[in-house]
Amino acid sequence: MEEQPQGCARVSGSVIDAPPQDAPAQSGPTTTHEVSKMTARVGQKAPDFSAPAYYRGGFTSVKLSDFAGKWVMLCFYPGDFTFV
Amino acid sequence: MSAVAAHYDALQKLGVEVLSVSVDSHFVHKMWNDNELSKMVEGGVPYHMVSDQAGNVGRAYGVWDETQGIEMRGRFIIDPDGVIQAMEVLTAPVGRKLAETVRQFQAYQLVRASGGKEATPAGWEPGKETLKPGPDLVGNVWKVWNPSME
Repeated sequence: MEEQPQGCARVSGSVIDAPPQDAPAQSGPTTTHEVSKMTARVGQKAPDFSAPAYYRGGFTSVKLSDFAGKWVMLCFYPGDFTFV
Repeated sequence: MSAVAAHYDALQKLGVEVLSVSVDSHFVHKMWNDNELSKMVEGGVPYHMVSDQAGNVGRAYGVWDETQGIEMRGRFIIDPDGVIQAMEVLTAPVGRKLAETVRQFQAYQLVRASGGKEATPAGWEPGKETLKPGPDLVGNVWKVWNPSME
C-alpha cells in the first residue's frame, strides 16, 4: 500500500465522477434525477470514491473501485471516540 | 467499530474487505486506534479507517446528517461487481449487530454462487434449507418453510 505524503491541508474523501462542490451553478434548476444518480440504492452500482485512510500504522489513500472483485462492507459512523 | 475489529476474523473468512468511514481525519483515526481501540482489540484495527471530513462520500451514500455535520451509522454490503446488495442506516445512539451483517454476507454469497437459482427465506442461517424459486415452488413455500423456522 502506497504511503501518502502528509501535508497540513485539510483532506477529505471525494466522490469520483461527481461534480466538484464549488462548481459554478448550472443554468436552470438542478433536477432531482441528478441527485438520485449519486445516491446509493440497493441493486445499483455503489458510488465510487477516493479518500485518505489510516491503515495498520500508516497513512494511505483508498479507492472503492480498487476493491472490485471482492465483497466489501462499507461502514459509516458518527465519530471516533464516541461511545456506542 | 471496535466490535467489527474484534470479529474481523469472521468477515475475513468470508473474504470481506472492511472500510470504515467518518468525518474524523486519518490522524484522529490513528489516535483512536492507538489510544483506545488497540486496548479493546488485540493488534488494533485491522481494516482501512477512511477519512471523509467534508462529508462528500457520506452524501453520496445518503448517510450525511447536515445539521450535525456527521455521518449516520450506515452499513452497505457491496458485491464483487461493485453493486450494493444491502444497506442499513441507524441514527447515532443505537449500535449495530455484526452477526446479522455476517449472516447477510453468507446469504448473498450463497445466492451468488448458485447463479441466482437459490434464495434464502426469512431467518435463514448457513446450513438451513434454501428456496429454489420456480414453477414448482409457487404456492408450495409452506412445504419447505414455515414461520417457526425463523
